[in-house]
Amino acid sequence: MMREHQLVIIGAGPAGLAAALEAEKAGIEDIVLLERDEYLGGILQQCIHNGFGLDYFGEELTGPEYAERFIDDVRESSVKIRLKTMVLNISSDKKIIAINEEEGMIFLKAQAIILAMGCRERTREAIKIPGTRPAGILTAGTAQRFINIEGYLPGKEVVILGSGDIGLIMARRMALEGAKVKGVLEIMPYSSGLVRNKVQCLDDFGIPLKLQHTVDYIYGKQRLEAVDLIQVDDNFNRLPETRERIECDTLLLSVGLIPENELSRDMGLKLAPGSGGPLVNELRETEIPGVYACGNVLQVHDLVDYVSEEAEVAARGAANFIRDSLKKREKEIIIEPGSGINFVIPHKISYQDESRKLIRHFLRVDEPRENIKIVIRDEAGSRIASFGREIVTPGEMETVKLPETLISEGTDRLNFSIEAEGVEENGKQ
Amino acid sequence: MENNDINENTIVCVNCPRGCRVRVQSQNGEITNITGYQCDLGIDYAKEEFKNPTRILPTTVRVKGGELELVPVKTARPIPKSRIGEAMRELAGVKVQAPVKRGEVVVEDIAGTGIEVVATRSIALSQDQDNTGKKKETS
Repeated sequence: MMREHQLVIIGAGPAGLAAALEAEKAGIEDIVLLERDEYLGGILQQCIHNGFGLDYFGEELTGPEYAERFIDDVRESSVKIRLKTMVLNISSDKKIIAINEEEGMIFLKAQAIILAMGCRERTREAIKIPGTRPAGILTAGTAQRFINIEGYLPGKEVVILGSGDIGLIMARRMALEGAKVKGVLEIMPYSSGLVRNKVQCLDDFGIPLKLQHTVDYIYGKQRLEAVDLIQVDDNFNRLPETRERIECDTLLLSVGLIPENELSRDMGLKLAPGSGGPLVNELRETEIPGVYACGNVLQVHDLVDYVSEEAEVAARGAANFIRDSLKKREKEIIIEPGSGINFVIPHKISYQDESRKLIRHFLRVDEPRENIKIVIRDEAGSRIASFGREIVTPGEMETVKLPETLISEGTDRLNFSIEAEGVEENGKQ
Repeated sequence: MENNDINENTIVCVNCPRGCRVRVQSQNGEITNITGYQCDLGIDYAKEEFKNPTRILPTTVRVKGGELELVPVKTARPIPKSRIGEAMRELAGVKVQAPVKRGEVVVEDIAGTGIEVVATRSIALSQDQDNTGKKKETS
């Protein structure tokens, strides 16, 4: 039996929860929230450290506290929650097949869908570390779940590969629980994690950060016994004379996140090369009208606060789609990432909306730079806006708010690029 | 540190991605000079971090009879960095009875700091048979 709903949201992490609440606030009454785990909140529940919510709530919270604020509201709302329910397939005409233990296979049809499946971690296989295949090699997030939710310490002598925030946080967590963290390795010449995490997670515990280092070989039959570290040069060539064996029983990998888009791909959605998620317009609507994407399934965010905000944008879009109250622009505007920029979200601007004054764009730069401007130019190459920044790094997503009034009627292309400070200024600051 | 030598400590400012290495010179524990910062935030941070470095401590404690084995907790306010080890050892022996409410005080005075440790997640009572058929250990 096919059940029809106005809005179905896939995933009840921070994106799905915020989307559900905002859609209800926007007047949508029939909302279904599907979640494969046994509790709401997604990855926030295992991120027990503080540092969340400064932007969204104006106070510093832990992951579970941030999640529970949304969960409490969702529980009191009219949103229908289905836990332990795994979506298997979504068709381009918005039919959803899912399974759970109580109902078996279920079939839903939605007027609008919000994709909020989040992302997953890259594994040893994704980065191809040579050596044996013993136990004791796991992603940082898996270790985090073991320690913070299940109550197991996965090892005692640890090497961590990757200095993104998850790697840094797990270095502290393992150290606090009594493990010896022998070092955090980073193949890049800089850490992609927040400075605060480097100081409070590594320096506080005397854990060394080895930049331009990676794991060259893995030893051990049953359990991991040792790894070879190796230094790399600026072109990532391994320098054999720097090889060094370190005994350890655990290797944690924090080597990048991949938006989890199997369902999106099966629907026929193309994925954007830089961000790894579907192509979307400013309402986070994908190429299939009425299907939206937000949060880490669209682009890997570093702040959950931005995920919540993005989910609300998608939810308002979906609500307006359901009510058929959206007005297309005559010409869509294509957003192009230019020099110095890896990607910009949204990928295009499709709608006219007098009520909004600013269109917020998220972008990631390709390398750390100081005293630069993020410059937006139209198809003729004229600068229409520019935003000064003292410092940008690939590890911290940049956001700029483009005033709607600066976009002229006939514009069909906007190019975002990084330019050096001091170039002649004729746009808006 | 009761001598008249001038000490120099390097403190990495955490206010922005630049991560300035602020150098704090001191004599007899009193700051005499601060250099290496690029804005006022750096001075304030370095002073505080020099005099009394504190951290919020987030961790977990065991739960009895709960739907999960652990409840995440944190110190209600930052505690001195030097007390973190002692606090962790104290918390290792703590076990709270489910149900737990977010914000509930788990320890009233952690490691002699006078600061509370509070739950950061609500944990419901274990249901003997949830519909996965799994029976949760409640030991």
